[in-house]
Amino acid sequence: MIQSKSTSFYVAAAALGLALSGTPALAQWEPQRPVEIIVPAGTGGGADQMARAIQGIVAKHNLMKQPLVVINKAGGAGGEGFLDVKDSKGNPHKLIITLSNLFTTPLATDIPFNWKDLTPVAMLALDEFVLWVNAEKPYKNVKEYLEAAKKGGFKMAGTGSRQEDQIITVAIQKAAGVKFTYVPYRGGGEVAVQLVGNHVDSTVNNPIEAVAHWRGGKLRPLCVFDSKPLAYNEKVAGDKPWSSIPTCKSQGLDVEYLMLRGFFMPAGVTPDQVKFYVDLFRKVRDTQEWKDLMANGAFNTTFMIGDEFKGWVAKEEKRHYELMKDAGFLAKKS
Amino acid sequence: MEEIGNLFHGFATVLAFRDMNIFGVTMSIPFNVILMVIGIVLGIIIGILPGLGGANGVAILLPLTFSMQPTSAIILLSCIYWGALFGGAITSILFNIPGEPWSVATTFDGYPMAQQGRAGEALTAAFTSSFVGALFAIILITLLAPLVANFALRFGAAEKFAVYFLAFCSFVGLSKEPPFKTLAAMMIGFALATIGTDQITGQLRLTYGSTELIAGFDFLIAVIGLFGIGEILLTMEEGLSFKGRDAKMNMKIVVQTWGKLLQYWWLSLRSCIIGCWMGITPAGATPASFMSYGIAKRISKNGKNFGNGEIEGVVAPETAAHAAGTSALLPMLALGVPGSPTAAVLLGGLLIWNLQPGPMLFVENKEFVWGLIASMYLGNVVGLIIVLTCVPLLASILRIPFGIIAPIILVFCAIGAYTVHNNFFDVVMMLVFGVLGYALKKCNYPLAPLVLAMVLGDRAEEAFRQALITSDGSLGVFFENGLVSTIMTLGLIALFWSVISAGISRIRGTAPATA
Repeated sequence: MIQSKSTSFYVAAAALGLALSGTPALAQWEPQRPVEIIVPAGTGGGADQMARAIQGIVAKHNLMKQPLVVINKAGGAGGEGFLDVKDSKGNPHKLIITLSNLFTTPLATDIPFNWKDLTPVAMLALDEFVLWVNAEKPYKNVKEYLEAAKKGGFKMAGTGSRQEDQIITVAIQKAAGVKFTYVPYRGGGEVAVQLVGNHVDSTVNNPIEAVAHWRGGKLRPLCVFDSKPLAYNEKVAGDKPWSSIPTCKSQGLDVEYLMLRGFFMPAGVTPDQVKFYVDLFRKVRDTQEWKDLMANGAFNTTFMIGDEFKGWVAKEEKRHYELMKDAGFLAKKS
Repeated sequence: MEEIGNLFHGFATVLAFRDMNIFGVTMSIPFNVILMVIGIVLGIIIGILPGLGGANGVAILLPLTFSMQPTSAIILLSCIYWGALFGGAITSILFNIPGEPWSVATTFDGYPMAQQGRAGEALTAAFTSSFVGALFAIILITLLAPLVANFALRFGAAEKFAVYFLAFCSFVGLSKEPPFKTLAAMMIGFALATIGTDQITGQLRLTYGSTELIAGFDFLIAVIGLFGIGEILLTMEEGLSFKGRDAKMNMKIVVQTWGKLLQYWWLSLRSCIIGCWMGITPAGATPASFMSYGIAKRISKNGKNFGNGEIEGVVAPETAAHAAGTSALLPMLALGVPGSPTAAVLLGGLLIWNLQPGPMLFVENKEFVWGLIASMYLGNVVGLIIVLTCVPLLASILRIPFGIIAPIILVFCAIGAYTVHNNFFDVVMMLVFGVLGYALKKCNYPLAPLVLAMVLGDRAEEAFRQALITSDGSLGVFFENGLVSTIMTLGLIALFWSVISAGISRIRGTAPATA
């Protein structure tokens, strides 16, 4: 009896407090209608897969009362999606998952958008990049590969134009003093198949895009563009785990690049609303499905929120500006 | 013969009874078969709604399947895909509104047939051809999966452009309209296709600073407007009623049509081959349907009558579209490259179920792969039975007065246009395209070349420029090896066919039979 009395006391006190303060500060904010996840890329790509996986995890574990809806807005190298979120100021029922086009699209085109038009929510992971060659080719390491590339005529395939794959290509050219012909394709899967079919000489595919061909013995990874080897020790291809791929730096190719997989909201949302989604993503990260997805794609699982995340994004924007300026990829401002 | 054994094991998986707890009563039910029926029906509904294509439908339902076993989930999703393939033909034939891009070519003869009161015949022909095309592709997948996957690897940028080139060439000069009007319509299509982002340089083209235009015009918006809205405007002018209200509405028509279809076995086989080839390379179902229609028109002795309600004009595109749509799943499973947008969404699903598409899938997840292949056989049979029994019902839709059905069509078109990108601007553009479609029809400009150029224009341009980048700008890349030269030569022959056939006739000393 005492128990129930005290409970009712608390309820009464809370109600009183609410009435007095006039703000719903005690009540946790929750979405009132379905939440849209905008994907600024096409269906089937890395960002799309991640958004749909989160949608499935949230539905399966009942992490949210309202459903999540994934919407692709890929036009203008993702500009369509970013502008949509920019124009939804104050709407707490909209999220956008980003890839590097958060920086590259506004820099390479005149699309009037900057990440500061959004509210950063959380970094969920970083996607790795690996240098791949066809397994039939004689070069077994970076040194042999670069020696062959120096003879000229090497073709590098990648996703999109003036985006991450081409930025890495230019960085390799600069670091190693070689010259590639860069051929842009629509998606990472297509790029990997072009390499398997020997139509190009190398790619910088994300692990998840090329792993099936590695396991099938068609492709060979030479190095990973990260400061340390991948953190996955389970055997993936034959007896080789992801961690067996050396870093590019250790092979004499000083290039590092990681791609953001994070979430943003429109500007003008309250801290309460951001906190709800941060908590949601924490719960998502604790599920087995998420861990499997991370291991499958050999993701770097760094998690960041708040000012730390904001600082990272600002630094990354500056870095992309420098990289793209060096490569001559900046839009000519008229 | 290991494949056959695997396949029967797959059938067993699909047909297996499972104990389910339904409303507190434990029953043994064929769970996967029930999923199949649900999937097909949902797919047909999705296919009928313009804009809400198979890819969207599968994407919306994908999360629902995460708690299922992978085999059951893929059966449900792939059956939605089959259903959408079937459903796309329905509105094309009845209202001249293609529910899916690959149904555009079906409207050319399907709609005139419906106007002549032969809607039942056209629907039966379309559904049956779809089934034949899909069946052919599945048999191909069953027997030749690894071999076919390797063939797909030989297609680089130059080969892909050659395929698009062949698709365009087999379509040029088909129209009854003067060649210059065809050319003008095609050029408008190419111009519309260039709007938006240039895939090769990443720059914006022809957007004039408008943020609405950065995504370009989606082909579906143009099709819904040009065909659907344009047709409603024309009908309004011609007296507010549908032609073809006296369509026969009994099951006899199905059997009669089947009898007719048997004589077109060669046409069907050819369309199957075109479809499988386009699905695997992967160019997709849309070019397959156009190319098959184009070639059928050239070869058929009724070629001149194409466009006026010729049953062959329904058989050719439908067979090829389904053969392509089905075989598009093969590169997805074997190489991890989706042959169609729907296949791309399914690919995402595979990864979430912890299955890795690619060469190892056939080795490591045998039960899943063969369960899927078995479900393709059964799903298509189930689908055919469902749609054929609906033929009389569907044909009777044309009896509803225009005053009631036209507003409903308009609403569906608007919803469809909105769903493509969740963008209201697209609904406005749909109406603009509607007026354009009406104006072009009034001036006797053919719409088909415009649509073809719009759907394939940017892909062809991309492949052309990729090929030239790899060859340092030398056009020789298009005649570099046996495969690409053969396709290019076929394209050139198709382009100049009327000149060549006239030349042959002259050598033989007879007047050219067709101009």
